[in-house]
Amino acid sequence: MTISAPTVERSTRASLAGSVVGLAVLAAIIAAPWWAERASQRLLIEFLYTLALAQMWNLLAGYGGLLSVGQQGFVGLGGYCLVVLGLQMGLNPFLIVPLAGVVTAIVAVPTGALLFRLRGAYFAVSTWVVAEVLRLLVANTASVGGGSGTSITQTVRGIPAWWRESTTLWIALALGAGATLAVYFLLRSRHGLALTAVRDSEAAAESLGVSVDRVKWYVYLASAAGCGMAGALIFITKLRIAPEAAFSLDWTATMFFIVIIGGIGTIEGPIVGALIYFVLRELLSDYGSGYMIVLGGVAVVFMLWIPRGVWGLISSRLDLHFFPVQRRVRNLDDKEMRS
Amino acid sequence: MRLLELDGVSKSYGALKVTNDVSFALDKGEALGIIGPNGAGKTTLFNLVTGNVRPDAGTVAFNGRDVTGLSAAQRCHLGIGRSYQVPHPFGGMTVFENVLVGATFGAGHSERAGTPVAFEALRRTGLLAKANRLAGALPLLDRKRLELARALATEPDLLLLDEIAGGLTEHEVATLIEVIQEIRAEGTSIIWIEHIVHALLAVVDRLLVISFGSKLMEGEPAQVMASPEVQEIYLGIAVE
Repeated sequence: MTISAPTVERSTRASLAGSVVGLAVLAAIIAAPWWAERASQRLLIEFLYTLALAQMWNLLAGYGGLLSVGQQGFVGLGGYCLVVLGLQMGLNPFLIVPLAGVVTAIVAVPTGALLFRLRGAYFAVSTWVVAEVLRLLVANTASVGGGSGTSITQTVRGIPAWWRESTTLWIALALGAGATLAVYFLLRSRHGLALTAVRDSEAAAESLGVSVDRVKWYVYLASAAGCGMAGALIFITKLRIAPEAAFSLDWTATMFFIVIIGGIGTIEGPIVGALIYFVLRELLSDYGSGYMIVLGGVAVVFMLWIPRGVWGLISSRLDLHFFPVQRRVRNLDDKEMRS
Repeated sequence: MRLLELDGVSKSYGALKVTNDVSFALDKGEALGIIGPNGAGKTTLFNLVTGNVRPDAGTVAFNGRDVTGLSAAQRCHLGIGRSYQVPHPFGGMTVFENVLVGATFGAGHSERAGTPVAFEALRRTGLLAKANRLAGALPLLDRKRLELARALATEPDLLLLDEIAGGLTEHEVATLIEVIQEIRAEGTSIIWIEHIVHALLAVVDRLLVISFGSKLMEGEPAQVMASPEVQEIYLGIAVE
């Protein structure tokens, strides 16, 4: 029997197929301004920024164990960057998207310092309180339009319609695919080990040298920045902003719904969840408020009986991993590992 | 040379004093066994050493440095490794990845440099063949081995073992004793909480008896086991 040194490898057959399909989908979306109708482009934009939001909430709650119901605070803040940096300071709206990420991450430093003093349900409730405080601050600031909001059409004036819509799509793609890939490369790295360890057992992670508090901080700041950037993009597409809409709890509820039905704590989960969410929404769009009841019902069913979500079901049955984050050991001189 | 020194350490949860003014010390290379009835506060004492719990009073010094204010992760970096009585595997990660966490974040290696360290820890604990299994799918014995493997991968100077032999068969206990003796022979100091006294006596130089949160007795194992107080405690446990 020859014994060769064990080695570690990462890719799976599904991941190779997945990256081919993924590249094809990316190419198709980049080219969408030349082949897709306006309505489908708008739907695509909405899908992509919703995916970005869901990935951020998944990172926060699924990996960091930080159950936030206040991410709308950062979405709203990102949106209001358009008012201050665009409408008032005259910056290009597309340039504001990354800047909004910086602004929200900076705001997240003091809010995080406050929130990290709390645990569990107290943390969750307080994230909502923080978001409400941000909303009230904005609603009471007359210079940004106060409670009734303001039009931000002025910020995109002078940009030709085709360019405006195409650039919006490309940025939405950069956010949706970027959030997904960022989480993927994070998980593959050394830091991914720490993040997954914190997800599975905080006590053991800490005892093995992982600074759990530091991991949570990074996750919180990254998620704030992601939601802020998505918020700026969202209101470029809407061209009108008001505190009620910008700081609406619906943003977080949507993230929550998508991540729960898709599969919390996985990269594929938010993608699958976002697809299901958009299909349900298109199917049920004629039923008005009945649609919200169905969505709520679906979420309850998943939380009770399918807590690992659709992707959790699929991946555990088929051992399928499109995003290979797992380290598989090869060349073990034993039959057992070939399972 | 002193490795660990606890001085007047106390911890209460409400009115319940779980650790009451406990002082003891451990030299480099020494192996100390801790015994005592269930609920005596043995695991809390471990948590105070590792930093999972902070004391209300007293100090913990490691390698001549006061570590009372340091977090568990910081103490792990300094060389305190532990296993949990109730295993806490990272269920969604493979066995190899579980151990790699200790080798990278605990011992401070890069992922590449930590990989052989992880393999060595897996080999010693007999888990190498199961390296690709999801830790959440392991049976209890393997979970206990994984606790030991992860702690070893942090390359500790002091290894704290919390009832690592509990629930194992005689044969498995014998294998475990060999592994622990080997670890010790390499210079790692050990503190071991265990109800399986013969396993403990095969390894330790000294015994510490804890009862109702206080240190009841400390000394040479045979003498401690022969003392009337300990006989009483252990007859009590045998009857349970």
